[in-house]
Amino acid sequence: MYDFAYHRPKSVADAVALLKGKEEARPMSGGMTLIPTLKQRLARPSDVVDLGGIKELAGIKVEGNNVVIGGMTRHYDVASSADVKAQIPALASLAGHIGDPAVRNRGTMGGSVANNDPAADYPAAVVALNATVTTTTGKHTADDFFKGLFETALGEGELITSISFPKAEKAAYVKFPNPASRYAMVGVFVAKTASGVRVAVTGAGPCVFRVKAMEDALAKNFSSAAIKDIKVPADDLNNDIHGSAEYRAHLVGVMARRAVDAANK
Amino acid sequence: MTAETGIGARVKRKEDQRFLTGTGRYVDDLPLARATYAYFLRSPHAHAKIKSIDVSAAKSMPGVVEIFTGKDIADAKVGGLICGWVVKDKHGEPHKAPPHPVMALDTVRYVGDTVAMVVAGSHDEAKDAAEAIHVDYDVKPANVDLARAFDKGVPEVHAAEAPGNLIYDWEIGVKADVEAAFAKAAHVTRMDIVNNRLIPNAMEPRAAAAEYDKGTGNYTLWSTSQNPHVLRLILSAFVLGIPEHKLRVIAPDVGGGFGSKIFCYNEETMVCWAASRVGRPIKWTAERAESFMTDAHGRDHVTHAELALDKDHKFLALKVETIANMGAYLSTFSTAVPTYLYATLLAGQYTTPVIYANVKAALTHTAPVDAYRGAGRPEATFVIESIVSKAAAELKVDPAELRRKNFIPSDAFPYQTPVALQYDSGNYPPIIDEAIKIADYKGFESRRAEAKSRGKLRGIGFSSYIEACGLGPSRVIGQLGGGVGQWESAQIKFNPTGNVQVLTGAHSHGQSHETTFAQLVSDKLGIPIETVEVIHGDTATTPFGMGSYGSRSLAVGGSAIMKAADKIIAKGKKIAAHLMEASVADVVFENGNFKVAGTDKTVPLGAAVFAAYVPHNYPLEELEPGMDENAFYDPSNFVYPAGTQICEVEIDPDTGVVEVVNHTAVDDFGNIINPMIVEGQVHGGIVQGVGQALLENAVYDKETGQLLSGSYMDYTMPRADDVPSFKLGNTVTPCPHNPLGVKGCGEAGAIAAPAAVMNAVHDALAPLGVTHVPMPATPLTVWQLIQSAPRAAAG
Repeated sequence: MYDFAYHRPKSVADAVALLKGKEEARPMSGGMTLIPTLKQRLARPSDVVDLGGIKELAGIKVEGNNVVIGGMTRHYDVASSADVKAQIPALASLAGHIGDPAVRNRGTMGGSVANNDPAADYPAAVVALNATVTTTTGKHTADDFFKGLFETALGEGELITSISFPKAEKAAYVKFPNPASRYAMVGVFVAKTASGVRVAVTGAGPCVFRVKAMEDALAKNFSSAAIKDIKVPADDLNNDIHGSAEYRAHLVGVMARRAVDAANK
Repeated sequence: MTAETGIGARVKRKEDQRFLTGTGRYVDDLPLARATYAYFLRSPHAHAKIKSIDVSAAKSMPGVVEIFTGKDIADAKVGGLICGWVVKDKHGEPHKAPPHPVMALDTVRYVGDTVAMVVAGSHDEAKDAAEAIHVDYDVKPANVDLARAFDKGVPEVHAAEAPGNLIYDWEIGVKADVEAAFAKAAHVTRMDIVNNRLIPNAMEPRAAAAEYDKGTGNYTLWSTSQNPHVLRLILSAFVLGIPEHKLRVIAPDVGGGFGSKIFCYNEETMVCWAASRVGRPIKWTAERAESFMTDAHGRDHVTHAELALDKDHKFLALKVETIANMGAYLSTFSTAVPTYLYATLLAGQYTTPVIYANVKAALTHTAPVDAYRGAGRPEATFVIESIVSKAAAELKVDPAELRRKNFIPSDAFPYQTPVALQYDSGNYPPIIDEAIKIADYKGFESRRAEAKSRGKLRGIGFSSYIEACGLGPSRVIGQLGGGVGQWESAQIKFNPTGNVQVLTGAHSHGQSHETTFAQLVSDKLGIPIETVEVIHGDTATTPFGMGSYGSRSLAVGGSAIMKAADKIIAKGKKIAAHLMEASVADVVFENGNFKVAGTDKTVPLGAAVFAAYVPHNYPLEELEPGMDENAFYDPSNFVYPAGTQICEVEIDPDTGVVEVVNHTAVDDFGNIINPMIVEGQVHGGIVQGVGQALLENAVYDKETGQLLSGSYMDYTMPRADDVPSFKLGNTVTPCPHNPLGVKGCGEAGAIAAPAAVMNAVHDALAPLGVTHVPMPATPLTVWQLIQSAPRAAAG
């Protein structure tokens, strides 16, 4: 990797101060994407601001009908949290199937959501559950947060402090892993919350997206039969040696039906 | 010595103590004082002319010691890398042999081709400097499509030396006889097969370190080699010209090879050569991306095959046309793999009376292709076992019965095949019987029906393989164009206190020689296994040997050890006779003791050894002191393991995912020394075979020649959850021509599994009217076939 200045602040305020005015500075949470990127010399930050020393950013609490998860909370902690398992078991299950044990013990929710990898799992949960992303500068709704391929609403130096997930009446996440990388080739999170039914798809396109037709059908009848004939257009989906756009479009339907069935169990 | 540690015992691996506690010593672990680090700048293009290389900026970068380019190598008159097997084409002409420079001079021929070597004080400094080297390329169109490599107008890889990309046009068998047999056939099965290209992916990447001793003029090269003596021979005699006795090659602990570490590569050659110029030791370890790009790849055939059968379903003839990919340069044994290790195996376990095979070797703008676990034999088995199962499906007969009907009868051994090999021994019917029993073949249709009730398509597939391994005799290898002998060496060196060093010319990079060979010596000499140390991998301490590949270590190397042990016993008898004042003829050796038959006189082996080193009471007039014997063993034939695998898969028609739900393997490896280690070899082999059938595929972009599957993000390595627990069985037909009665087990799993899995996939999809599934049967491929199938999956 290239040389960079390394910082490990103790507070959010210090982290923000360290990032301020440095265009090439990068915050690092779990580092599960950033460190391999650095090792392969695909990024050349001037500064790396390690958020690992900021205790206030990690933790899970229940506030009314919401589960609020700190940005630096590790996937393992989400997966094994009694609160998450009780309130939104689908989210705990999703976290328990990210990467491998090493990744789950290092990677964080905030890091994953901020990175917005098109094949990441969490964005599907954030969108389907209509979560609210709280940052050092304000709040973002899920629908406004994810902007495109590796693009989010986060401004320069803006850090995710927590994400608030409304409790779901029914929810499930089913993914079809890429055979090689095991990232989601298609992952579908289906949720029925106070704000209605949402179907969010990750892995298939350049960015997480919702399938309105399925949401409408499921709102009327929350069963896999209700979406049996709904086809997702392949036009804007990813196409690579593991899956054509048509295959991914087809898998969205299969995974969505399986997710609905799982949510109904 | 005892039932717990002797031949046939499941002795736990001696080497695991260090491997599992992180105390193994690999090339990269070497602490070398004043070491420098090499980094290789590689071609980003599949085919380009190098117009210029400017290293001036890079040379002044921090820490840079030296930068070498192809011109430096050419100026120093370093030889090119060699291909060590001369295959003669169908006109008797030797194969085309384009040059293989250790560093590209004016042309790069695949993505990853070596362009410059930077030596610096650290790996990062070397890499920084490499980024500052400016290479001006004139990018040319590339040829990475094997099936079209000989087409008119396809870019040539070595236009002058190998026009039209043809390395050889080779054949075996009598074409006219085969055509005559086809003319009489009641049924002909035809098949087009692509044997997908694989990337070996040893856990430890290739690495090299070299040191030059100015005082003595001696070089030491540490390399991740499967055969350090052969590497030294090639570097000395053909490439670097360093006299053999001035070059020591050490292959310490090596983390897997699978064939890819047999060959002599650019990087270790450069590291060794540059060590004397730099005047400091040089270390290099491949990054994983470099391994993907530059380790010799495996397989990669395009084949058309036809099988003729008579009205009773007896095989009449087999005709095979294959194009084999060589890549951009001929790697060390590349030419032999698709000829003598492939076409000679096309009889399989069957009495097919006439066989004709034509193999054309092609150059492409891809990494060199060479031996990979099985090397030619998996490709042959895939052709035979695919077409036999296809014939069974076409004729609507049981695939096991069709095989059984055509097996070489058990009383027909030794059996001369129509493709040169003479099988020494074999007994195939009991193998398939045992496999059918273990796999509960009879119960399959009810399992298929049960799977259908869950919406799954279930299929079953057979693969009955033959392997020829433990190559030899050397005379025959020489006649076929091989450049080296195929014997193995051993030395048994007792120390005065009675413990033993066993030195072998074979090399263990996962095969467990330190345990298996110790079992042999412990058993044969009746000494505790703890007192036996197996040593390998250092040309300065071990006798010249050929290394490990082609499932040869036990059949050839183990036989050499047995010969050396016989010499130890023979000498010990003379010493014991002297000590017991008996005639040598009356001395017998049992359980570690020399005895005079019919008396209670006894001398333990340890006492004879001690007398040999402290010869105070010793027949010095007739016998040299010391207890140190060596032996060389040249096999009189190959060994011929055989077996049957039965695979059962379930396919999810909604996603195209193929799940291996049952996999049975029954092998005849002759006598077995350590069943646990043999099972481990079979497990690993099957996983690699399942990997080829369902997961692994090296893909080059047809337009740009870029390697698309160049990391674990895109190259699907099999994982533990991709396979079920295997069900294994074995039968024993001892090899009649080696002292242990053993065959080889290292490659069998990988040889048989692809056809077993693919036949199961075909069987599962047959109800839909799908007749051909290309390998690997990835979810995408299977789903697409289901979409376009004549009949729907539902129902």
